[in-house]
Amino acid sequence: MGFILISLIILIGITSYFLGNLRAKNLRTSNQKNLKSLSHYYGYYVALWAVVPALLILLMITSFKSFFIEQYVLSDFIALGSYTETELSLLFTQIENTAMGIKLFDENTILIDGAVNKLNYINKTSENLTYVTVLGFSGLLVLYSIFNINHKLNSRKIVEKFLLVLYFTCSLVAIMTTVGIIFSLLYETLRFFSQVPITDFLFGLNWSPQRVFVREAGDLDTRDLANAFGAVPLFAGTFLIALIAMCVSVPVGLLTAIYMSEYASPKVRDWAKPIIEILAGIPTVVYGFFAALTVAPLVRDIGQGAGLTVSSESALAAGFVMGIMIIPFISSLSDDVIKSVPQSLREGSYAMGATKRETIVKVLLPAALPGIVGSFLLAVSRAIGETMIVVMAAGLNAKLTANPLDAATTITTQIVVILIGDQEFDSPKTQSAFALGLTLFVVTLALNFIALQVVKKYTERYD
Amino acid sequence: MTDRIEQRINSLNKRLNSEKRFRIYCIGAMSFALAWVLILFLNIFSSGYSAFYRTVIQVDVPFLNLIEDTTQFSEMSSEDINNLSMYSFSKKAIYRLFPDIEEKKDKKMLIRLFSIEFEQEIREFLKSNKSNINETETIYLTASDDVDQVNKGNYPRDLDEDKRRIKDIQLLFFDDLVDRGLVSYEFNLPFLMRGDSREPELAGVGGSIVGSLFTILVVLILSFPIGIFAAIYLEEFAPKNRVTDFIEININNLAAVPSIVFGLLGLGIILNTFGLPRSTPLVGGIVLSLMTLPTIIIATRASLRAVPPSIREGALAVGATKMQAVMHHVVPVAMPGALTGTIIGLAQALGETAPLLLIGMVAFVVDVPQTPLDASASLPVQVYLWSESAERGYVEKTSATIMMLLGFLILMNLAAVLIRRKFETKW
Repeated sequence: MGFILISLIILIGITSYFLGNLRAKNLRTSNQKNLKSLSHYYGYYVALWAVVPALLILLMITSFKSFFIEQYVLSDFIALGSYTETELSLLFTQIENTAMGIKLFDENTILIDGAVNKLNYINKTSENLTYVTVLGFSGLLVLYSIFNINHKLNSRKIVEKFLLVLYFTCSLVAIMTTVGIIFSLLYETLRFFSQVPITDFLFGLNWSPQRVFVREAGDLDTRDLANAFGAVPLFAGTFLIALIAMCVSVPVGLLTAIYMSEYASPKVRDWAKPIIEILAGIPTVVYGFFAALTVAPLVRDIGQGAGLTVSSESALAAGFVMGIMIIPFISSLSDDVIKSVPQSLREGSYAMGATKRETIVKVLLPAALPGIVGSFLLAVSRAIGETMIVVMAAGLNAKLTANPLDAATTITTQIVVILIGDQEFDSPKTQSAFALGLTLFVVTLALNFIALQVVKKYTERYD
Repeated sequence: MTDRIEQRINSLNKRLNSEKRFRIYCIGAMSFALAWVLILFLNIFSSGYSAFYRTVIQVDVPFLNLIEDTTQFSEMSSEDINNLSMYSFSKKAIYRLFPDIEEKKDKKMLIRLFSIEFEQEIREFLKSNKSNINETETIYLTASDDVDQVNKGNYPRDLDEDKRRIKDIQLLFFDDLVDRGLVSYEFNLPFLMRGDSREPELAGVGGSIVGSLFTILVVLILSFPIGIFAAIYLEEFAPKNRVTDFIEININNLAAVPSIVFGLLGLGIILNTFGLPRSTPLVGGIVLSLMTLPTIIIATRASLRAVPPSIREGALAVGATKMQAVMHHVVPVAMPGALTGTIIGLAQALGETAPLLLIGMVAFVVDVPQTPLDASASLPVQVYLWSESAERGYVEKTSATIMMLLGFLILMNLAAVLIRRKFETKW
């Protein structure tokens, strides 16, 4: 229904554009007086009146409709007064199912049947009512705005003002997203910390949220909560895997960047750089598949050949593949930074008789250091927030370990493990995922902030 | 004197050697990175290409046993054919391949050479050719996953029988069928058309391709206008004040937020507060467009900034308003850059998995979705789902799905490069 209605509104909008345009032209010829704007601006003016309020009303109706329908349908049950809030919403779902022909229960049949009839009736009425309200409103406003057109009205100003407001609103979406992220994370996290002390979460050594079940609604055994949500193993695992990733990507990325900017001929650069950047464009789920299916067995076989016990979900495999993924982030950023070191520094160093390596290590790298460190920090924040590789290739059980051949789990893995599939929304288990998310958000944000500050503060100006 | 010269020469040699070594390290590092690109692609392609064809076994089906006169089929409606009981008939048709088998166990093993939908396949054949059925028809039935993998050589035959999914007697049957020339390959069209399935040989990516398309469509509809409008505002109209500074910082930060956090946002706000339907491309698209917005805004701003001021001033000089100068003259010039940014953002969104896991787009969906409001998977989520399954057949399917995903991504990036090459103006 929404689709048809929106199409109708757009149709009205297009028609009213032509109506407004026509009306403006008529005024111009009949009155011999000049209008304040070009006539197509009057078309836009009428079209805006036709479309914008109608869409806003539609939005409002759709967002409040379900609440009123639920109230109306359940009015008999509410009048009985013996139902709690959750029971009522459950009841409503049952009524909806019955209305769709899925009969699941047979208690209270008379009341239910009545409610089903009510639901069918109100669904139909509300649909008709929506059509009438929205289209009627749109039509009235078209009429109003057409008769509003006269030689004093400056429609260009109004239309431009509207566009400006529209553009401004769009640029607010970024802020709203940030606010939405912070709000949703903080809300659930605070509820989580009202049940589990924050110190337990930050310093506890045992992570086993599977142990916590909601026995009855709201009735939690506090002994379950103690000692189930210690996130230190997750932090340690995240750190371990990120460290392995950095051990792979830092030397490789940095040396590649040096080769690209200082040694490679333009020809080599032209084909090697895009190929390495392919690594950044490959979806992470592909790396995850590669890590789980190819690299992890390889690592295990090599380890067993050397007489070591290697877990099939070793942190080493996940970290190594993640390191490969991060190479282009480091190499292309560092490449840019090294290239931007002024030529005079290189030439000064060569003039003193330094070899290329000495120039690079003693002159260029120190000069480019802030940018390079910045790229490392950005890479770390990538590694910490990376999800699919660790979900598919790292372990699922939290274990405090520093052995790269052991299975380790990460913050992101646990968020996915907890939230995938169906989840009851009021349990501390679900909320703990949001607490982990908040930790992740804060850490990556801080890393990015520090990276930017390092680059800004320590970059030397050479011009 | 000679001592000092020798010392000098020695130290010079040392320096030159270390120069050489350093250079080798650099080349080594770059080759390492390049090698992994190659390994990754080879690995995926070598295990994935075989999913694009499938094993079929030729079976002669004696329709005369089902009905007295085969011309009667032409008078039946599809409903009637659906109501025909064909299970034991289909089984008997398969037994005819080996008329000598008596034991029930062996017969069962023979049936298991075929996919479990063999009855359905015969029925479909009947439906589509009902006006033209002979007494006996040759039908190509899908082989079971085990047979398919053995035929493609992906499955080791020399394991012990109890470690193998396919039994000795089945291998015997299979080899005999191969000798008789009844086993052949066919292009795996069902793989591209069908939805997911618990049986590897019947599972297809059609559902997730459509799911991905719907998701990307939602992302395009939402993030393209919003991103471009926001960029226009920030670059052309915004006064330099705290609010715009704040917006800028926000956009840069959002670009660095891990994707899974957007998934939490989708779960907490879009699903639980606004109550939009779970597992749908609509919600997936909304979440992913919030994620791609920063990319689009940053790219569009860069290309707006690259438009020389003379264009704005020229328009203003002949009496255009600021809005007219921007909309009629600046934005069209900056459009190729904005489109390139949008396509790159869409490519990112297409490959994204983590947020979709949290908003429930991991549901097992058999039907190909019809609208963006139907539950569905997407290509990368399909990769995740299949990679968790143990059956051998899913490995090649996963790799093939990745091949398609990479194919789409390469196409999109190619389009972005072409647009940039063709329309970019140098000032």
